[in-house]
Amino acid sequence: MSRTRTIKVDYLARVEGEGAMYVRVRGGQVTDVQLRIFEPPRFFEGFLRGRRFSEAPDITARICGICPVAYQMSAVQAMEDVCAVPVDPQVRALRRLLYCGEWIESHALHIYLLHAPDFLGYESAVHLAKDHPAIVERGLRLKKAGNDLMTLLGGRAVHPINVRVGGFYRVPTRRELVPVTEQLKWARDAALETARWTGTLEFPHYEQDYEFVALSHPDEYAITEGRLVSNQGLDIAVREYDAHFVEEHIPYSNALHSSLKDRGAYLVGPLARYNLNFDRLSPLAREAARAAGLGPTCRNPFQSIVVRSVEILYACDEALRLIAQYVPPERPSVEVVPRAGTGYGCTEAPRGILYHRYTIDDAGFITDAKIVPPTAQNQKAIEADLRAFVDPRIDLPQETLTWQCEQAIRNYDPCISCATHFLALRVDRE
Amino acid sequence: MSTPVDADRLDRPRVLVIGVGNPYRRDDAAGRETVRRLRDRAPHVIATLEHDGEGTSLMEAWQGADLVIVVDAVSSGVAPGTVRRFDVRSEPLPAAILRDSTHAVGVPDAVELARALGRLPPRLIVYGIEGRAFDAGEALSPEVERAVDEVISRILGDVQVEGGPPADA
Repeated sequence: MSRTRTIKVDYLARVEGEGAMYVRVRGGQVTDVQLRIFEPPRFFEGFLRGRRFSEAPDITARICGICPVAYQMSAVQAMEDVCAVPVDPQVRALRRLLYCGEWIESHALHIYLLHAPDFLGYESAVHLAKDHPAIVERGLRLKKAGNDLMTLLGGRAVHPINVRVGGFYRVPTRRELVPVTEQLKWARDAALETARWTGTLEFPHYEQDYEFVALSHPDEYAITEGRLVSNQGLDIAVREYDAHFVEEHIPYSNALHSSLKDRGAYLVGPLARYNLNFDRLSPLAREAARAAGLGPTCRNPFQSIVVRSVEILYACDEALRLIAQYVPPERPSVEVVPRAGTGYGCTEAPRGILYHRYTIDDAGFITDAKIVPPTAQNQKAIEADLRAFVDPRIDLPQETLTWQCEQAIRNYDPCISCATHFLALRVDRE
Repeated sequence: MSTPVDADRLDRPRVLVIGVGNPYRRDDAAGRETVRRLRDRAPHVIATLEHDGEGTSLMEAWQGADLVIVVDAVSSGVAPGTVRRFDVRSEPLPAAILRDSTHAVGVPDAVELARALGRLPPRLIVYGIEGRAFDAGEALSPEVERAVDEVISRILGDVQVEGGPPADA
């Protein structure tokens, strides 16, 4: 057995964005773990200053091609908070419907093309597709169902443009929702099949006592709003976020590291939502979870692929429910008059909570912006996982261990493009 | 995403030119700039699409077309402005030469995934334009500017030879 070894992946595959992993072992123990995010920083927060409050949804949607709806939703919520805008219940329902499309699209991509190859021993989705074309086709068609819902409500598939502070630019008629309804019925069946299939995969025996953080809402599986709760006693309004969470610069990463004050790492995303809000899933989704071998709690991050399948199923179910109850609002949006103040928004992006905070002046110009994406929040949990996961597996062959470490990172579906953040340049000179 | 292939010309081979790239990363926008100029030069003749390069939606976009030409920026270490052409039906796209995609599923993945699933268009040509600068900004390097014009001429040639004569050209 080598006493000293390094597990290194210089360019992480099958993740959004550019990152690397570094694990150092000395004397049979893990001494250092680094998830390195080196995609160039993107100065979005600085860029937002001086722009109109109404521009925030469209500007921030550009941060991510996979979860633009999440950015729009957190942004409009924050702006509607500061301007005290009442949101029409049908506008709220439509936003939730749009968000369901993004969950379906994002989760399908991750499950089928990025994560499943890990469990089935394939180097990539291309290799998986050669042996199992029907499985990959199902994933692509599921993803398309999500994309088509986003296109219908968001105006276009990538970087939707239809959401505005106060409502939508245009709302669909009931008739316009018919074709996507048929597609969603197929998608719901496919999601059931997905849950069944992912439940049969083999998972490494690995569990951690995470602090899960997610939004929670009394009446629904929280997506667009709720209180921030955890399994270790956190229960706060979104506007209290900054009093409980801190961010810090880490020299080796372009993304800020988040932690809970006095407590440290926490986990956001499907696993957190599932554990905190299981009882608010639809009966069909709960049943599918049980059939796939999950209880109401799940502490094995490798099983997040099953949880994502359950969430796709829920999103299809919920989308169909929302469509069935949809009555077009009288007006697509209400007029918004800006007023000076600070507003807060937090919604459940596919990868976990996405927090926005904006301060605007009386004329509606943004004077300060803060955006905390889910992957930035999960960095500490990812590193803690690598540490705990590698320790008992130090004697595995290098290739196997490296593979499993990459898989452990992909459990989080990290979106490095989102996480990349302004990093102050520091030059140390003696 | 709707496929902007002209449905009125079903008797003709359906040609689609897709420019891939990030419009705010200088030479990475070479593909997009190619289709913009192509649109100006030959409006209504060739269907074009600007695309961010996410692989699965790329596969959706080219569905139904007979000849697809994808133009993307390349960062392989050769002289900026170098143009490379790949006939993808007969050879795999060398993944290493295309500029690292920030997408989990990029252009080479889309090509190989489509090949594995029998979803490649009947003809698929990929042009790679070697870039010089990929930092934040919008202007192309002079060598890339020239390469864009070269690629446009070659695309018009491809369309003549492989896609049949373009309408009204």
